[in-house]
Amino acid sequence: MLTSFVSDYVRYVLKGGTKFYAWMGSLAVLIVGMLYVFYLQNTDGLIVTGMTSQIHDGLYFANLVFLVGVAAGAVTIVFPAYGYHHEGMHKVAVLGEMLAITAVTMVMMFVFAHMGRPDRLWHMIPIIGIYNFPHSMLGWDVLVLNGYLMLNAICGFYYLWCKYTGNPINRKWFIPVVWIAIVWALSIHTVTAFLISTMPARPMWFHSMMPIRFITTAFAAGPALIILIFLIIRKNTKFWVDDSAIKLLTTIVTWCLGIAIFLTLSEVVVELYARTEHANGLYYLMFGLHGLTKLVPWFWSAVVLMVGAFILFLIPRFRNDFKLLTIPCTMAFAGIWIEKGMGLIVPGFIPTPIGEVTEYYPSFVEVLLTLGIWAFGFFILTILLKGAIGILLGDIKYGGAKAVAAK
Amino acid sequence: MALNENPSADPAGAPASADPDKAVLKTTRRDFLKAGGMLSMSSLMGTAALMTQSGDAHAAVEWAEHFQKNYRLMTAEEKAEAKARLERRYSAEYGKQVTVDTTDAQPGVLMGYALNIRKCIGCRRCVHACVAENNQSRGKERAGEKIEWIQVLRMERGKFEAEKMNHGYPEGLGIQVGGNAYTPAGLVLEGQYHYNPEKVPEEDATYMPIACMQCEKPPCVKVCPVRTTYREPDGPVVIDYNWCIGCRMCMGACPYWARRLNVTNPVLPKEEMNPVTHYLGNRPRMRGVVEKCHWCLQRTRHGRYPACVEVCPVGARKFGNLLDPESEVSKILQRKNVFRLKAELNTFPKFFYFYD
Repeated sequence: MLTSFVSDYVRYVLKGGTKFYAWMGSLAVLIVGMLYVFYLQNTDGLIVTGMTSQIHDGLYFANLVFLVGVAAGAVTIVFPAYGYHHEGMHKVAVLGEMLAITAVTMVMMFVFAHMGRPDRLWHMIPIIGIYNFPHSMLGWDVLVLNGYLMLNAICGFYYLWCKYTGNPINRKWFIPVVWIAIVWALSIHTVTAFLISTMPARPMWFHSMMPIRFITTAFAAGPALIILIFLIIRKNTKFWVDDSAIKLLTTIVTWCLGIAIFLTLSEVVVELYARTEHANGLYYLMFGLHGLTKLVPWFWSAVVLMVGAFILFLIPRFRNDFKLLTIPCTMAFAGIWIEKGMGLIVPGFIPTPIGEVTEYYPSFVEVLLTLGIWAFGFFILTILLKGAIGILLGDIKYGGAKAVAAK
Repeated sequence: MALNENPSADPAGAPASADPDKAVLKTTRRDFLKAGGMLSMSSLMGTAALMTQSGDAHAAVEWAEHFQKNYRLMTAEEKAEAKARLERRYSAEYGKQVTVDTTDAQPGVLMGYALNIRKCIGCRRCVHACVAENNQSRGKERAGEKIEWIQVLRMERGKFEAEKMNHGYPEGLGIQVGGNAYTPAGLVLEGQYHYNPEKVPEEDATYMPIACMQCEKPPCVKVCPVRTTYREPDGPVVIDYNWCIGCRMCMGACPYWARRLNVTNPVLPKEEMNPVTHYLGNRPRMRGVVEKCHWCLQRTRHGRYPACVEVCPVGARKFGNLLDPESEVSKILQRKNVFRLKAELNTFPKFFYFYD
């Protein structure tokens, strides 16, 4: 039964039209590019990136932080589905889990990209290596991320398995695990915030607002991406995502984005009113410091995108017309990617703890590697969503007719 | 610069050696007994690699290095193997007899450092001596190939001026709520360190040397996910370069910017390489790992001063055993006004600043 599940699944996801192959093929090109620059980076070293001893976390870490948020954002589907028994959400909950699996996988790839010695990652594995637990926040992060990956894989694939075989879901253990996964989603992003907010050496990050800012931006960027994916699914497959699901997600995005903007404004006021040396990082981000201004356009574009998206979300025409809805969703996603990625990570290092002001800008290697990981993410997301949708539609079914591929 | 030829400045006050002979003997015997009952997978692999003389010896050695344990968990036997492996590899690589010392911390010693900030003339000899002694990467072609552990921050002497009396903010309108009659004076930790003057000290500058503070509660150690960096019993915070995964959490956590990342394969010319090394100290590092000041363990564990102390032409740098009331550092702590950088962070550095 299991082997037939695997073979039916694989056969289904590998079949597709020209559009499908073109999409997967172009992603594969980027993935090959990524492998090449990853090789460069691990023979010549991180010198091929823009990172230095002054600014030693860059584009990789920024994407890592952002994608943990996207992974956590999947809970905005799962929670209404199981907590409030929202019908439209319940239908697509498994798709949220597939997105979470993808995002966590991408996070792990960014960990590999970030590390100076990825060949020594096994040093972190308990028993054969040393795991600095509970002291190291990174140790906690590894724990919660792997746990989240497993929980989502279990929930998602068990659900699909039941749909495939036609057996009823064993709610006795499934529902508790779903609830654990829901709470766990909060933990992954909280711990990621702690990762950088527990360092007094970096005053820009050293405040307790960090976890809630992370959560709100995650619950804006995550569902914004999910809405876009749902609209693509509605257009390109036979699977229908209910309007009610998209509407609820829109509401969640709007208000999480609103709170995120409010929190950012609060930080700006607190930091710039007193204008201590500890505000130098934020000042660099907003206006530049000692004549160095590379990140200033990033910050202000993020502001425009986020505030603009929030205003558009409040206009009924934009949130009710699903064609127009893609505009604020894309804006919110891009704005948060900037604000929480490079906009948060890089100024934490400017100035350095001894007051040196330097700048960072990603190199070509970093950009290509990042694009490659995103391509890989979309690659597996396409496969996972396609398989899940096939099962939900009944195209993949135990003992059913040979798999018929969707468009 | 005469560094290694120069013996310890003050043999009478030899630091970091409460009773070296006795201590070394004691440790060795205990480790020997302990090692007798232990035989581990990695030691077997290490031995196998050492015996693999056929084929590429260098590759075999590197291969074995991949599987060695965290230094602190090695048995005496495994330490000896790791030492032999490294000595073989380094000797071949640098074309000279390289020794890798594995001397442990000595009982009754807690290293401490004091710097007379008034005496420093900003000559940066300590920086250069440190680089030469500790085998830092010294490439010139690409930024990032050059690593220095000490920074001598050059800070402008600011002043208040009568002409600026009426400058203030808001500028030109209403009642001024703040003044701007100053040029920044004594802005702690906002200085440049790559200056190259013809003569030192410069009239309009003051100097603030800074390096690893060897904190008693090091934030870098706490955040390390693999415990590759830790505080040795005699004080210094060290790194097992072979265990470091290059995640750079420690660099983010350090409030003194004491840590450096080897962003590429270190550039260390054969003829400039210092062959007297310590496993936890100045042995050549590899790409992708973090490194930092360790108070010249290869010297201080044998009763010598760190290179920076030895080379300082004005005697601004003092080093010794904090547990010995007669040591220079202890006397400074007893008699001088001392301060530590960023004391509010509760890192409790063992690096003190003072002035007289």
